[in-house]
Amino acid sequence: MAGTAVLGRRLSWLVGTVTEVHDETPAARTIVFDVPDWPGHVAGQHVDVRLTAPDGYSAVRSYSIANAPTANRVEITVVRIDDGEVSPYLTQTVAQGDQLELRGPIGGWFVWRPAQTEPVQLIAGGSGIVPLMAMIRTRALAQSNAPFRLLYSVRNPESVLYAAELRECSRDVSITFAYTRTVPDGWPTPPGRIDAAAVAAHTWPANAAPQCYVCGPTPFVESAADLLRAAGQEPGSIKTERFGPTGG
Amino acid sequence: MDRSAQTFLDGNAAAGELRDIFVLELSTATTQCASCGKIAAFAEARVYGMEPGLIARCSGCENPLMRVVKSSGRVWLDLRGLQFLEVPTSSV
Repeated sequence: MAGTAVLGRRLSWLVGTVTEVHDETPAARTIVFDVPDWPGHVAGQHVDVRLTAPDGYSAVRSYSIANAPTANRVEITVVRIDDGEVSPYLTQTVAQGDQLELRGPIGGWFVWRPAQTEPVQLIAGGSGIVPLMAMIRTRALAQSNAPFRLLYSVRNPESVLYAAELRECSRDVSITFAYTRTVPDGWPTPPGRIDAAAVAAHTWPANAAPQCYVCGPTPFVESAADLLRAAGQEPGSIKTERFGPTGG
Repeated sequence: MDRSAQTFLDGNAAAGELRDIFVLELSTATTQCASCGKIAAFAEARVYGMEPGLIARCSGCENPLMRVVKSSGRVWLDLRGLQFLEVPTSSV
């Protein structure tokens, strides 16, 4: 099965060829790589991407893997940080046929496996949706019946990643959007951050004993994890993944 | 990029860099803080920095568990803040 690493295997840099790029939003792009020796991955893991300039200077960034495990295929979704070193290249310049170095998969803690049958609560802030989307996609690929709920906090409707796909899978996965700046026309509540009322209304109650996955910028994750604990969720059932200024 | 803010990542973010040194996947390792005794997954540690070095702090008391600096073809590792590190031998 994908993701079974040999103990002590040193991760080496692999060459990935870009087979597809597509824009998710004006600021975010998905890049699909073909990686011939990819050992497979588990939903929630990430991959390091290394760019090397002609003068030898190199920069490494870690990205969550967006796709369900599929042979030799790795997808990442990158949000542009305008003064970043790497993300402007990945979101504006990289093209089909380009080759980049990848190392992974990395991480074994913030993961969801199809063998898990308990209810799952996903909470995403902004591009924190990416590893959670890998879990939703893996659930569908594995035809799992694990009950999933997603609470997805975004600035405005235009910033939603994977919008069309989320609409499609909303038959299987209970999805609630929380808009922090601008709401769609006719939306029942004003924009605002996720609070205790939103957690009470849209997430599994503590007696459902869900496994919770929270991913987003550090302050978002801190706040959401606190709200889950305050709502009675077992601290040991809350897994978090923070991302933040890593140089863009 | 505002690096002065008190932001941090978690142990997951450091797993790639540490894989170079330990060979093993550390995010699923269990750590005990030598200062407050908290036992937690390394993934739950708060990781600051990355370049040229990183520091992983206890999520309970902020004691430095691990400091790693890579420079001039060498890696410097300070583990004095760890009481123990338990690594599963059948991780992911």
